[in-house]
Amino acid sequence: MVRPKNRRAEYSLAAILLVPNLALLFWFTYRPLVESLRLSLYRWDLISPSKLWVGLENYTEWWRDPVGRKTVVNTVIFSVVTVAGSAIGGLLFAFAFLKPRRGSVAARSALFSPYLIPGSAVGIVWYFIFDPRFGLLAAGLRQIGVRSPNWYNHPGWAMVMVCFVYIWKQLGYVCVLFMAGLQAIPPELFEAASLDGAGWWSRLRNIALPSLRSTSSFVLATTFIASMQAFDVISVMTQGGPLDGTRTMSFQIFDEAFVRFRVGRASAIAAVLFFMLLVVTLVQVRILDRKDDRS
Amino acid sequence: MMRSKIRQGPSGVVAILFAVLITVVPLLWMVLASVKGRSDLYHRPLTVLPSRLVWHNYGRALHEVPFLRFFLNSAVTTLATTVIKVVLGVCTAYALVFLRFPGRRFLFWGIVASLMVPFEVVLIPNYVTTARLGWLDSWTGIVIPTAGVAFGAFLLHQSFRAIPTEIIEAAEIDGVSRLQLLTKVVAPMARPSIAAFALITAVGKWNDYLWPRLITSKASSTTLPVGLTLLRDSEGLNEWGPIMAGAVLVILPVIPLMLFAQRRIVEGLTGGVKG
Repeated sequence: MVRPKNRRAEYSLAAILLVPNLALLFWFTYRPLVESLRLSLYRWDLISPSKLWVGLENYTEWWRDPVGRKTVVNTVIFSVVTVAGSAIGGLLFAFAFLKPRRGSVAARSALFSPYLIPGSAVGIVWYFIFDPRFGLLAAGLRQIGVRSPNWYNHPGWAMVMVCFVYIWKQLGYVCVLFMAGLQAIPPELFEAASLDGAGWWSRLRNIALPSLRSTSSFVLATTFIASMQAFDVISVMTQGGPLDGTRTMSFQIFDEAFVRFRVGRASAIAAVLFFMLLVVTLVQVRILDRKDDRS
Repeated sequence: MMRSKIRQGPSGVVAILFAVLITVVPLLWMVLASVKGRSDLYHRPLTVLPSRLVWHNYGRALHEVPFLRFFLNSAVTTLATTVIKVVLGVCTAYALVFLRFPGRRFLFWGIVASLMVPFEVVLIPNYVTTARLGWLDSWTGIVIPTAGVAFGAFLLHQSFRAIPTEIIEAAEIDGVSRLQLLTKVVAPMARPSIAAFALITAVGKWNDYLWPRLITSKASSTTLPVGLTLLRDSEGLNEWGPIMAGAVLVILPVIPLMLFAQRRIVEGLTGGVKG
């Protein structure tokens, strides 16, 4: 493609085009990644000029701290619940919207809309709806004779609340991903099964699911990575409380570094989060590779 | 479509109704609350419709905190980020797809691998860097540290590679320069992908909460999503009227995107899924 005499011009054009982006990625992604791992070995308050080397103490102290362990448990619960909730819900909606009928496009758009709204606005609107005294939800529950739990003050119910809101925000995104996957399946397959008398559950299980392997692994990985980093909804609604009931690792990193000024510990949590996400990503890549081998 | 022959129970209709219900009801409730007075908001049993329309919730939201300033900050930083990221993404993808130079594959994977670095991990060092550069409480600080392009480079890389080689070769025979190839041939042909990336970037930046919250300490320098929480903090938890008015104002600018650009955004997001 390239004549040798043009090679130098080509190299310099490549450099001009690439360097700005590479510089930004290096300076604001790779360098801070290394810096963050390094900071996790020091004790530092973000302000003082000197840092104290403490080795792995930040990691061990954090792990011995009951709040630290609780944070990991909360992160796993929040991620698993929100990923499972949005994946199952999204798949069911995608399957239901597959057949073109009046309203299904509009319904899909409606379902996707929360994904485009700022998370802080979502959190605030739902916080009002969850209000145990004057909220819409409490009024609805009263109608069916149930007293509203105190979503604000009870750690368990607060976790249910933030999980629900996060699923609500994420559901439409998962739904459109699954719809893209489902549309790649030849409709004749569904039709044949239908003529054989298969119900929707059997069509979903026996035809849709096996064909959605790579879509599912993509959905699970991206939503899991997003959930592990969820910050805005939790920060706006519960601020990690009550009684640390909704304190997740990403909230804890912010809190330790910029509220308690324990930068070393915050960086240690960040390092653990990074390796957890790395494992998720690598597992997903493995699953996708296996799929490619087969087909 | 053959699908219409599929025997299907009422589940489709139920799903449609349910999807509309769970999305519309909370947002409608927000809008209703934003025009309710206190007597309606704190009335038991709950009143659905306001007994009279109260517009001063909006006035209070706009005056309690510098809402128009939040809007300006959001608009400027979103626009700047989007322009920078689209330009960088197009340049990066073009160089990686159409130029031959040593280390090309290594650079491609180096860029894509940065997607695996969660933002929380780089948060602290980036805060320190931003502070040292004197960029706290500034548009530059909100924009530049998040302006590197990884996802977009990947997305556009895929889309540039899908351009038929014959077209590229024909253009080369016509004697266009490398740069003209980018501006006259590649970029126009990949317009749908570029538009999708621009929209996804704009939505992400408009909604971003963590970074602007961290590096802005003054109300006058922050963005809408953070400003909304400032409004709540200054109103206190019992003033839902002005707070919901604020939420409406924050969500309002996103509505054109929901109505007119959603298909494009969805296409961009689902590009990686092919069954």
